[in-house]
Amino acid sequence: MHDISREYAVQMHGITKYFGPHKVLDNIDLDIKKGKIHAVLGENGAGKSTLMSILYGMYSADYGKIYLSGQEAHIGNPSDAISQGIGMVHQHFMLVDKFTVLQNIVLGNETTNFFGVLNMRKAKKKVLDIIEKYGMKVDLKEKIKNLSVGMQQKVEILKALYRGSEVLILDEPTAVLTPMEVDELFETMNSLKQDGKTIIIITHKLKEIKKSAETCTIIRKGRLIDAVNVDDETEQSLAEKMVGRQIKLFVDKQDRVPGKTIFEIKNLSVRCERGIETVKNLSMKIRSGEIYGLAGIEGNGQTELLQCILGRRHADAGKIIMNGKEIQNTDIKNVLDSKISFIHADRHKYGCVLDMTVADNAIMEKYREKPFSVNGFLNHEERDKFTKQIIETYDIRPTNCSHQKIRNLSGGNQQKLVIGREIANNPDLLIAVQPTRGLDVGAIEYVHSTLVNLRDQGKAVLLISLELDEILNLSDKIAVIYGGEIVGEFRQNESDEQKIGLLMAGGKEND
Amino acid sequence: MTKNIIKFLKTNFMCTFIAVFLGFMVACAILLITGYSPSLSMAVMFNAVFSRAKFIVNVIIKSTPIILTGLSVTLAFKSGLFNMGAEGQFIVSTIVAAILGIKCNFHPFIQIPMILCAGVLAGAFMGGIVGWLKAKYGIHEVITSIMFNWIALYMCNFVANSETFHKPESDGTFPINRSGQTLLFYDWKFSQEGRDYLQAHPILNDIILKTDFNLNFLIAVAMAILVWVIIYKTKKGYEFRASGLNPDAAQNAGIDVTKNIFYTMLISGALSGLAGVLSLTGSSTPVLHVLSVFENYGFNGLSVALIAGASPVGCIFAGLMFSALIYAGQTLQSKIGTPSDIVNIMIGTIVFFVALVRIIPIWVNRYLQKEERKNAQ
Repeated sequence: MHDISREYAVQMHGITKYFGPHKVLDNIDLDIKKGKIHAVLGENGAGKSTLMSILYGMYSADYGKIYLSGQEAHIGNPSDAISQGIGMVHQHFMLVDKFTVLQNIVLGNETTNFFGVLNMRKAKKKVLDIIEKYGMKVDLKEKIKNLSVGMQQKVEILKALYRGSEVLILDEPTAVLTPMEVDELFETMNSLKQDGKTIIIITHKLKEIKKSAETCTIIRKGRLIDAVNVDDETEQSLAEKMVGRQIKLFVDKQDRVPGKTIFEIKNLSVRCERGIETVKNLSMKIRSGEIYGLAGIEGNGQTELLQCILGRRHADAGKIIMNGKEIQNTDIKNVLDSKISFIHADRHKYGCVLDMTVADNAIMEKYREKPFSVNGFLNHEERDKFTKQIIETYDIRPTNCSHQKIRNLSGGNQQKLVIGREIANNPDLLIAVQPTRGLDVGAIEYVHSTLVNLRDQGKAVLLISLELDEILNLSDKIAVIYGGEIVGEFRQNESDEQKIGLLMAGGKEND
Repeated sequence: MTKNIIKFLKTNFMCTFIAVFLGFMVACAILLITGYSPSLSMAVMFNAVFSRAKFIVNVIIKSTPIILTGLSVTLAFKSGLFNMGAEGQFIVSTIVAAILGIKCNFHPFIQIPMILCAGVLAGAFMGGIVGWLKAKYGIHEVITSIMFNWIALYMCNFVANSETFHKPESDGTFPINRSGQTLLFYDWKFSQEGRDYLQAHPILNDIILKTDFNLNFLIAVAMAILVWVIIYKTKKGYEFRASGLNPDAAQNAGIDVTKNIFYTMLISGALSGLAGVLSLTGSSTPVLHVLSVFENYGFNGLSVALIAGASPVGCIFAGLMFSALIYAGQTLQSKIGTPSDIVNIMIGTIVFFVALVRIIPIWVNRYLQKEERKNAQ
């Protein structure tokens, strides 16, 4: 803890916060000097977002004080925070799709004349000044829905600056960006810093902290672990502080010669709801004993491709072949029966029924078969036996949870159940979409090693992920999807991040 | 010790009990403000239900249709559907049952099952259409089922006013033939022998002679158990629950959600249909009345399901309570002139409080957590 001083843009001292009986923040101190880029590092659920939400007035702390520029501040709600110069860019943007950039920036803080009529000219001038000052390229007349995610993020930052933010909180700002957009973001952050703004980024990505931040506060399980100068640390040392034990940042994987092709997509074309062709003439081949990683930014046809494989979306042209049989335009039941299993990105929405018990969730794909149901009646004993087996094999905590609602389990344990359930189907192909989303490092390690194990048993894995690192780390073969097409395919050892990042953003390979 | 009492507070049973109690309190307050004596009113209501065997039996008999419509709503609710059409399914069933009951006259062993099946099928048909429209075209079931309620109402009036069925000088149709009625001891209790016997046994006299004595209530109880078994013990029920709680995840697991929507509404309609046909055949005046407004059997079923917290077995008790309140309300008006509307207010507030008392478990948990925290420090 440092003394209260005007040198510090933000000081949070002794912050303690309870959610119900759980102490999510325990006596946390945070001191951030003016004009610095400061990272708050921690695993999912460590409390870093909660801490920042307290600073932004979304929660109030049970104990502790906040000082801004040496003055004690009372921040009761986000409007308070904004008026005291704190701005926040949330992970999920809060923009109105059908409004223009300018309208979005001004929204909620409109300049009006005496009669309450909007004065957009004045607002526009102010926004243009900000844009010029920090060299951000944004077209004010464009509608939000036509912008890339990276652009939308810039709009969010502009929104905060327009409201006079001196301290800018960025919550997982790089989660949805391409490597190139990440670099651009860091440039923007630097030019803001030069102007004396203070920036706080919440993240669990070590590489980005090394690249962008100067100081870093590490939080683990609601406790302050350390506040460090980033230059004095390595990625490995930061990781160990974050997790609290030795971890492997890379997956151990033996080389393995893949078998024959078991899953093939030939010239597939699929349209989205709006009738636009979002998967165009796409082909891929996956062999047994291979992890095939599909890298790409959100919204480049991954969703439609997945839905089409699932049988929930019509294929206009092309074939999907599993074990020699065509499965396109059949139903989900048939797809599951052809030995494909799925781990969905959003387990709450697509993977499990939160208000059913763990046991009921475990049998979701098996309930219709013997011995789980006989003559139309469920066999609860078999169900419980099966659930117990998954709980033991995958080390799901608490171990007596089988009759609790799955809602009460942590994200990692929910995911373990889903994975256990899917692997129990003994699939020939496992399609894993963002299988580690929202999981902590320990759980991620576990999920990754499970996928590699599956591959070593001669199964095929299709890994669709927005996290490029995950793909690079795990996949034997990496394909990049852009605009519904595969724009590049690499073997693991011949890929480089720069090239893949470029392809993900729509650049050409030989540019 | 106090901890256990507080934990007991958050059980479903206690929450419902508190809601009912609060409903009574609000009713008492309104009575007081409007110048009626709450204590006298409550005493009258209590006596109206419990003072004679006849009253108790009447309450039980009257609870039958609303238990069944309550089950109908509950089943749909478990699959994530809101069956506002129980009323219409109920009416359609009575129409079909009345037509068959008047036109046909077979031996009771044929007549009764025939009428029952026809009524159930009519309800199922109507529910099925709603389900089919939802499953196939995504048309919201609340909209279609409300529409169908009105169609059923006017269809009922059409039949009741038609030349073939309308009984002159009455507000309804001819009664259905005796062979289709499900009243028990009906002929016997008016025979000389029966009268003599009942005269000697005043309580039986009260129960059998003075009421529409029938065993339909047992059918309702059996249905409650059946619905419970379907929901929690069968493969189909598992699909219903999964589809209702998370259609996306259910579909991804290979469950045909649209088909389940259709089946759910089919069964739900059948239950309302059963309510309708039984209320006709179990009445001593089994006629189809011209309706100027809904009789609310279906809508009361909604309240029953809500009070029961969508528990099939809870529907039995909620239905009984509901029926008792309505019955007591009628006595209240005739005995001391308190408008029977007070009962509707009470039911309304109870439903409201049932929704509101969900906060009790949250409060309780919060209190327990605070205690825990205190102990930990």
